[in-house]
Amino acid sequence: MTMENKNAYPEIPAEKFAFARRENEKIHDKKLYTKPVGYFRDAMRRFGKNKSSVVAAYILLALFLFALIVPFVSHYDVSFRDGYYKLAPPKFGPLAFLGMDGCNERREPQAGYDYYKSIGVEYGSTSVKKVKNVTMDENTGKPFYTINVDYYEKVGFVYVDLSENEYNALKEYQNKTGIQVAYPIPANYKTNFLAVNGANLWYELADESASTAGMSAHHDENGDPIFVPAYRTSKKENSGRYDSIKLASDNGGENGDAWYVYAVKNQSGYRLRVLYKEYYKYQNGFYSEHIFGTNQDGQDLFVCMAVGARISFLISISVVIFIIPFGLIYGAIEGYYGSVADLIMERIAEIISSVPFIVVATLVNMHLLKYVGPMWCLWISFVYADWVGIAGRVRTQFYRFKGQEYVLAARTLGASDKRLIFRHILPNSLGTIVTGTILIIPGVISSEIILSYLGIVSFQTSNIVSMGTILSQGESYLSTYPHMLMFPAAYIALLEIAFNLFGNGLRDALNPSLRGADE
Amino acid sequence: MRMLKYVIKRILLMIMTFFIITTICFVLIKLLPLPAVKEMGRDVNLILARREAMGYNKPILVQYYLFWKNVILHGDFGLGEQIYSGQEVSTIILQKLPYTVMVNLYSILLSVPLGILFGIYAALKKNKWQDHFISTAVMFFISVPSFVYAFIVQYLLCFKTGWFSLTVASKEATPFVSWAMFKSMFPAVLSMGFGTIAGLTRFTRAELSEVLTSEYLLLARTKGLTKRQAVIRHALRNAMVPILPMILGEFISIMSGSLIIEKIFSIPGVGALFLNSVVLRDYNFYLALAMFYTLISLVGTIVVDLSYGFIDPRIKMGER
Repeated sequence: MTMENKNAYPEIPAEKFAFARRENEKIHDKKLYTKPVGYFRDAMRRFGKNKSSVVAAYILLALFLFALIVPFVSHYDVSFRDGYYKLAPPKFGPLAFLGMDGCNERREPQAGYDYYKSIGVEYGSTSVKKVKNVTMDENTGKPFYTINVDYYEKVGFVYVDLSENEYNALKEYQNKTGIQVAYPIPANYKTNFLAVNGANLWYELADESASTAGMSAHHDENGDPIFVPAYRTSKKENSGRYDSIKLASDNGGENGDAWYVYAVKNQSGYRLRVLYKEYYKYQNGFYSEHIFGTNQDGQDLFVCMAVGARISFLISISVVIFIIPFGLIYGAIEGYYGSVADLIMERIAEIISSVPFIVVATLVNMHLLKYVGPMWCLWISFVYADWVGIAGRVRTQFYRFKGQEYVLAARTLGASDKRLIFRHILPNSLGTIVTGTILIIPGVISSEIILSYLGIVSFQTSNIVSMGTILSQGESYLSTYPHMLMFPAAYIALLEIAFNLFGNGLRDALNPSLRGADE
Repeated sequence: MRMLKYVIKRILLMIMTFFIITTICFVLIKLLPLPAVKEMGRDVNLILARREAMGYNKPILVQYYLFWKNVILHGDFGLGEQIYSGQEVSTIILQKLPYTVMVNLYSILLSVPLGILFGIYAALKKNKWQDHFISTAVMFFISVPSFVYAFIVQYLLCFKTGWFSLTVASKEATPFVSWAMFKSMFPAVLSMGFGTIAGLTRFTRAELSEVLTSEYLLLARTKGLTKRQAVIRHALRNAMVPILPMILGEFISIMSGSLIIEKIFSIPGVGALFLNSVVLRDYNFYLALAMFYTLISLVGTIVVDLSYGFIDPRIKMGER
């Protein structure tokens, strides 16, 4: 506009200008002391007044930070798997009162009770954390125990095969830290080392011969189990060349020639009975504690969820960032120029938006999965399906504003099409467009989860995890291990609620005239 | 007359859109490598013969012509090749359709009255605690995706309490419209219902509370109608104008159903068929079902748009 003015009026020399007001004249009206409040400042102030939206914004931030930070700070990553801590229940000290104490409730007969009670006795603990109640079976008169068993302790002891070097390294670790990892090998080692729980049967059984007695230990007159160690013994003190930390009671027996055996030599090296908890620490450097538990592969759900949420955020936000300029330009051309251009472009947009999303996603997946991988497949499908919405929104706004007087005024002053679109109409419709765009994100996230849950887009081949994959894994264990589903489901629900509340608050703030209206 | 012209124009446009989308789908599917027929005795020869008849060895234009000829004249989409091998695609789809329709029908029959009732109640109690309670609940229920409800419902009603069975009763065991069928479908119906109820409640509340502040309602009260009369005779009927098309749209979309709910509750409906056809790459089923879904969404849009004009004579269609 300045250009035209320059051309219309030849240059006027500066000295010809004079102040309209004389210098010593006093001004009688008040000067403005407050700062002017612009549109966005005003909008932010309105947003701040809406308490629920502010809370939602903070929740959203927390969920986002969870996804962003957890994979960096967690001990685990998605590829971490552990064969012994599979399907572990959630354990998190500060929230133990909510049931996140790593315990499972079990109902066991005497033998099972003895078995769980025995685990940990060797180092002064037990895996039975609480006996809830004891009932007598009506027919047999034998007791049944309802107990809380600590899952992480229940794993107990396992047999491991170590090579000569690994064996020595383990002993060195024991001597250096003073933590006992290797424990004496039970007497019935030869018969039970193949059994799953073999390494945990270290006590004298009440009846060795009768198989019906199972894993029952000796009992005192109250019926409480007494655990008498039944370790394998040897006449040599350093049998198996084990010369590291030993149990205190391992003193050579009454006649001084019955030492416990800590390692059995086999073809490739040594077989040891190790306390898995400590062995795990020896190997990984930290104790096993899964805040949200683990899945059937022993992957940590806490970190899996964070990685899955990252993928959701990554896809949805990048989709939105990409489609905004595209939809904006398309919608602006439609809405501003109208007539034939609008008619044709609107038909194209209508055809594109009429294809059901599931058809788009499957077709993209069938054609492109092997070239670009699941992430890009999802991304392309969402971009294809969602830009039309933004274009339509922009188009409506342009129709609304382009006939208004201020646009006419600007045009009369000689503003070009470009200037009218970008400087006059767009800023006015920005509020609606922004909020509409933000509300696309939760939709994209839930569709992404649904697609990967249904297996239409499969993440299983690659080393990344999607929320949908976590859900579909958890579904098979819903009846017995609900934690695998409930944590991701709660996260998703919270995310969607927070996003919608936040989006609605933003809409009310940016378009005060739409307050409370539902789109 | 203008209305009729408008309706015909819309329908023709819809057919054109459908035709374009189908063509694109057809071409895209033909571009994919054709999976080999599984060895299944005489089915193989049957399928190979049918492929020959459908022009699989001829140029794509001939195939396209034959495809439409078969579809329009005989309703024939070919044979199942990877799933339901050797059986007619259209027959299988028609067999599966009732499950999908019934689950969704039950869900709508449950949620529409509830949604409208809650909405009316909230609008009448506007800005009182009942309204705030309902609005907050609606906000929550509308945001949470249906599969989250599905997991919770499945865990609580099927596993924890054992009140409902995990699977849907088969149509051989009990007819579709029966208590036993409803009961076996109830967890799925409920999971789908939450979202619909919440959406309808919000919509009804918004529409009705707008009508309740209008001047003609004030007039109705001024001329001596009780509040009850005014609401039922004037406000509700006017508020229904936008609500009815919405319900109509829901009714049409019951055909396509919800893929994820069908998967979670293992309902043997169209959704399961579609998923299987995608995973196992049965393109005959896939194409037929993709066309089916497209058609449903197109018909849904057009019926909703047109119904405004039929429900409310004040809305003149086809005018700019």
